[in-house]
Amino acid sequence: MTNSFVKRTVAAMVAGALPVMAIAADKPESLNIGMTAFLTGPASVFGVPARDAAEIMVDNINADGGINGVPIDITFIDEGAGAEALTSEYRRMVESGSAEVMLASISSGNCQTIAPLAEDLQVPNLMWDCGTQRIFEENDYQYVFRTQANATPEMLATVLYLLKTNPDFKTIAVVNQDYAWGRDSWDIFSTALKAMKPDVEVLAEFFPKFGSPDFSTEISRLQALQPDVILSTSWGGDLDTFVQQASQRGLLNSSTFVLPLAESSLERLGSALTDGHIVGARGDHYFLHPERRDDEDFKSFMAQYEEKTGDVSVYPVFHASQAIAALQGAYEKAIEENGVEWPSEEQLLAALEGLTFQGLGRPVTLREDNQGIEDQLLGTSVQTGDYPFATMQNIMIFDGEELTTPVGQNSLEWVKTLDASMVDSVTVDQYDN
Amino acid sequence: MNLAIFLLALFDGVAYAALVFIVALGLTLIFGVMRILNVAHGSLYAIGAYTTVSLTGWILALGFAPVLAFPLMIVSAILVGIVIGGPLEYFLLRRIYDKSEVLQLLVTFAVFMILEDVQRLVWGTQPYFDSSALQVLGNISVFGVTYTIYQLILLPLIAVVLLLGMRFFLRHTLTGKLITATTEDREAAQSIGVDADKVFLFTFIIGAVLAGLGGALASPTTSILPGMGADMIVLSFAVVATAGLGQIEGAALTALMIGLGRSFAVYLYPEFSVLVPYLIMVVVLLVRPEGLFGSPAARKI
Repeated sequence: MTNSFVKRTVAAMVAGALPVMAIAADKPESLNIGMTAFLTGPASVFGVPARDAAEIMVDNINADGGINGVPIDITFIDEGAGAEALTSEYRRMVESGSAEVMLASISSGNCQTIAPLAEDLQVPNLMWDCGTQRIFEENDYQYVFRTQANATPEMLATVLYLLKTNPDFKTIAVVNQDYAWGRDSWDIFSTALKAMKPDVEVLAEFFPKFGSPDFSTEISRLQALQPDVILSTSWGGDLDTFVQQASQRGLLNSSTFVLPLAESSLERLGSALTDGHIVGARGDHYFLHPERRDDEDFKSFMAQYEEKTGDVSVYPVFHASQAIAALQGAYEKAIEENGVEWPSEEQLLAALEGLTFQGLGRPVTLREDNQGIEDQLLGTSVQTGDYPFATMQNIMIFDGEELTTPVGQNSLEWVKTLDASMVDSVTVDQYDN
Repeated sequence: MNLAIFLLALFDGVAYAALVFIVALGLTLIFGVMRILNVAHGSLYAIGAYTTVSLTGWILALGFAPVLAFPLMIVSAILVGIVIGGPLEYFLLRRIYDKSEVLQLLVTFAVFMILEDVQRLVWGTQPYFDSSALQVLGNISVFGVTYTIYQLILLPLIAVVLLLGMRFFLRHTLTGKLITATTEDREAAQSIGVDADKVFLFTFIIGAVLAGLGGALASPTTSILPGMGADMIVLSFAVVATAGLGQIEGAALTALMIGLGRSFAVYLYPEFSVLVPYLIMVVVLLVRPEGLFGSPAARKI
């Protein structure tokens, strides 16, 4: 606060000394933001695409003249260095005044550490990727906003898609990573499934260790058990290995796989992911988004991204786009509503309340508890031959509002109150591909 | 638990044990001869896997048959041994043989960290997967469960061949006998004209080739990504310590125990499967601190 005040005063003096300059006095030279992402470690499959995307988007905004003439300057912190290094780097960045707004983070554990820290440091923090539903259910925050959904709507949409497309399955098994996300996502999924289809039998629950290089034994056992459906909320190398090994041994032919994070692995899985398996994307994120793929902004960004990285976009790219759209939207709204050249922190926070913004997907709205309401896209894998990997068909986009736990309620308690009628009553848009 | 399930768990355990053994073999050989615990072994494993995937991808892109993936594994393993293993011993480890164990451990750990970053620089952070070799061999069905021939038959076969080959090499060839003699008493061996430096270099290269081979053989079955070396070094260290450092037959038996323990745990009590290797290690070391086959005097760490 003091730092930014000093900076603004200095900026004002500099501007005053140069009367020919057109820039208004209270505008900073640049809007400095910090973003945390895994640049190393297994989760860099998400962090690196998000960083690349954020750089492109910031460059694009700056090329258009920045926000009200102020260019954005983005700096990255590596979450892969561990929570301790992350928090001290985060604190240093904020306290030294080198970031006005923070975008953090990918890991749910890091989000839970950073939320109170941001509150303490009084720095606006946009949670751009982490999944845990606990953040706003267990605490109230003034400075922390989430520009995307959370685990509850993501898992609920998956259950609904499964029940809509495979209404008659009888048995299920789960193979999730043994850490918070693997356990929490199964809690939500199984609770929702029990509420909406109580007769389903859970044949096996596997939680192989995070980063496991081999799922052969689990696959043998799954082949012996023959469940109708196999759920795995794994991601990155773990998901790739599991699906590849399962595909090699024909498990994909005998069971329907439900993979809520597979959108981020489609390209790497190549031909291993055969037709007929359920693919999720942690929101309406898909490089062939049925409603967005013909829009100019979408097409030009996808082209830029593919040119820069050589890969197609995955969901962290969309999440990054939402956080940056929220940032830009909040500043522009605050400037307009207050009739100022540059908003104060209080004006910025006020603008974030109830803000609606649009990144690469559908528009997202921040609810009164600062949780974003984001729609959920799922589809079924199909090898069409247009790409050397599986794409999606029978796509459904679920309305995020109906799937998000109401303000002030606990997700697991709320999910228990749902029933089978939701499968038919939920608002959903369907697309062939 | 009926017989079919018992056999399935047995197959899974053996396939898993085979891979662990191949990596542990190199680690225990190096320790047995040089008395140095080479943490960088994990990096050599990872680089072996990365090299195989890159070479295989390149050869396939040129339009050659996927069966060439097999000779490429051997090429990759030898490349790892000669290009990385050789210079590592010659320029670095040679200088620290008479230093304290803690320093040796720190040096090899530093090499491990450096090589981890080298992998990231060369291959980036995105996972690689190339299962051409595995697909060439096809599948086999046992009790209605499909296995890959690669994992069920080829890997255990290679492990057995390596075990027997290593025994034969150390006991019945001149070079092997020189290595054994240097291991027994370095000074006495030198006094009768054995070039201990050369023996150490050779042994280290063999050990590094085995690490690379482990990675090469693992590559068609798993995602190749940063951090894979760290997991493997921890597991193969557990095998080597349980067996008794420097014990080759012991490493084979321990790898088998750990592989079977893990797979039976997945069938009976999945929550235990991560714990099993270390549980076996703790139980064995409580009863025999020098390891299953180790002699108390041989222990250094």
